[in-house]
This record gives sequence, C-alpha cells and structure tokens, in this order.
Amino acid sequence: MSHTNSLWRNACVVVPMYNESSVIAEVVSEVLGHFDRVVCVDDGSTDDSAALARAAGATVVQHPINLGQGAALETGIRFALRDPVVSHVVTFDADGQHSVTDAEAMVRRAVEDDVQVVLGSRFLGSSEQVPLARRLLLRGATWFSRATTGLVLSDAHNGLRVLRRDAAQQLSLKLHGMSHASEILGKIAAEKWSYVEHPVTITYTDYSRAKGQRAYNAFNIAFDVAVSRVRHAA
Amino acid sequence: MIIKILLVLALTGAAIMLVRGRPTALNLLVRRTLTLAVILGGIVAVLVPSALTALADVVGVGRGTDLVLYVLSVTFLFVSISLYLRLGQLHDRQVELARRYAIMEAELRERDERERRS
Repeated sequence: MSHTNSLWRNACVVVPMYNESSVIAEVVSEVLGHFDRVVCVDDGSTDDSAALARAAGATVVQHPINLGQGAALETGIRFALRDPVVSHVVTFDADGQHSVTDAEAMVRRAVEDDVQVVLGSRFLGSSEQVPLARRLLLRGATWFSRATTGLVLSDAHNGLRVLRRDAAQQLSLKLHGMSHASEILGKIAAEKWSYVEHPVTITYTDYSRAKGQRAYNAFNIAFDVAVSRVRHAA
Repeated sequence: MIIKILLVLALTGAAIMLVRGRPTALNLLVRRTLTLAVILGGIVAVLVPSALTALADVVGVGRGTDLVLYVLSVTFLFVSISLYLRLGQLHDRQVELARRYAIMEAELRERDERERRS
C-alpha cells in the first residue's frame, strides 16, 4: 500500500500494545489506510496480539518480557528512526480510542507549522462525551503539568502525538511505566521544543475504558515525576 | 538528648540518599564499613550487655534495648532505600537489554522476509 502524498510516506506510526488481540487488527488496518509505516511494539502480551498485528500488515517489535508502556514507546521510536527517511513519529494508542484522520491532520500541522511536537487535545474543539470523572482527573493532570513544567496545555495526557525526527531522537524516555506522558511534557519544557496542541476526538468505548488507567494511578505518576525531577536536578 | 540529634541526622541522610544516591566507590566503602561495624557492635553487645546500657545512657536513651530498636529502624530504612535504588538501576538495564533484543529480532525478521522475496 503506497500513499501518493509524501507527507504520510515519511511518517511512522508507533503503536504500543499489551494484550489487545480483540482490537489490534482493526486498528492496524485502519492506520495502514492512511500511513505506510506502522510499528507495533508488543510489550510482552500473553495473547496473540503480535501475530494479529503482523497479519494485518504492521511491523511488530516484540519485547520478550513486559516492560511498561513508556518503554514500549521508546522501543518503537528507536525502531522507527533506524530508517533515515522517517521525518515524523506518531504515537498512537492500540485500543482504538484515537482517530487516524486526526493523526493525519496532526502530521500535516507539524509540517505546515514547522513545529517539533504536535500534542493531541480532546478538550480543544469537540470534547465528545468525555466522562465526568475523567474530565476532573485530566483537569488535575493539566494543572499538575502546568505546575511542574510551566506548559499551559488543555490536555496533558493524550496518547496521540506527533514528534518531528529531531525531537524523537532526543526524547530518550527513562520512565518505563505510565509516567512517560509527563516525562514527554517535561522534556518539551526543558529542551524548549516548539509545540502546538491540536484538537482530536477520543472515542470512549467500554473496551478503552476497561483498558484505561485507574484514577488513583495519577498519584503514582506524580511520585515518579517528582522523584525523577529531584534526582535529575541533584 | 544526643540521640535526637543522631536520629534526625540519620533520617535526613536517608532522604538525601533517596534523592541523590548513586553507586560510587565511596558509597560501597561506607556500606561495607557500616556492615562490619554493626557486626562487631553486635558481638560486643552480646558478650557485654552492660556496655549497651552504658552507651544508651551516654546518648540519652533509657534502656539498651531501646537503643537497639532505634538503630534497627534506621538501618532498615537505609537498607530499603539502597535496595530500591539498586532495583531501579537493574530495571533500567533490563529494559535496555530487552529492547535491544527486541529490535535485533525484528531486524532479523525483516531481513529474512527480504531474502525470501528476492
């Protein structure tokens, strides 16, 4: 499958996945309808996610053991960047909550605005039925990221992002678990990367809700971020 | 109340270790020296229990057993933090190792497919 627009040809979509066999094939074929390169990082799934993703046409990199979502993203980014043609890396969740057309629009935005990072935001534009509890939690998260990084964002924890090659190369995620979203924001602030938020639609299904994080994990993330910031400052 | 000063200092030290603890040769030496000191002190305390009570008196603790409890608590805290840091370090290495393995495996697969096609 080759897409005539060279923009998409040079973007690589990275999809970290962990036990996603019920949705991954659909997500991969949907992404392949718009992008030429899809790298699925299987984070030690115990089901056949890897085989299904491969059959759907994705390149699969398989962690031999479960390492965490942050680690999977970093692996995918590093694998994507081996190809010198890749100009942008798109991070995309495996549970089907993101829209591929949003991803496409974000790559276009990254090229047209010439920014290093485009962050998806579910609160810019149409916030399609974000559950109330989620909305409150995410408001807390945006407040937290503003307090710790100084970035004023409308949505601090969206899995849909576009990183220009130079930013992706420098990123080098150290927090292997679920705290990578905060780590990325910290990096944007520290390295003074140019960034822009782009409105995206999140589809909340029962599946994505069940796969989502528990709200109290926010405190674990806050702890991770605090410790790693203090340790790096020291 | 010498013991209060000692305990607050020890706890502050634990907090500093949590923040900037790094595996240096000096840290290793300190750890080994403390371990030896605890073993020797333990032997002395077993053989001459009155020495322990005397030491407790000097630092302002009522009984020797209380002093032992304080030392044990502080030691446990330091051991826990040191293990926490060490495990974190091992995990970082494990992640990097598994990642390189995964990427290499994917590259081999890519090459195999290319050869099969040609």
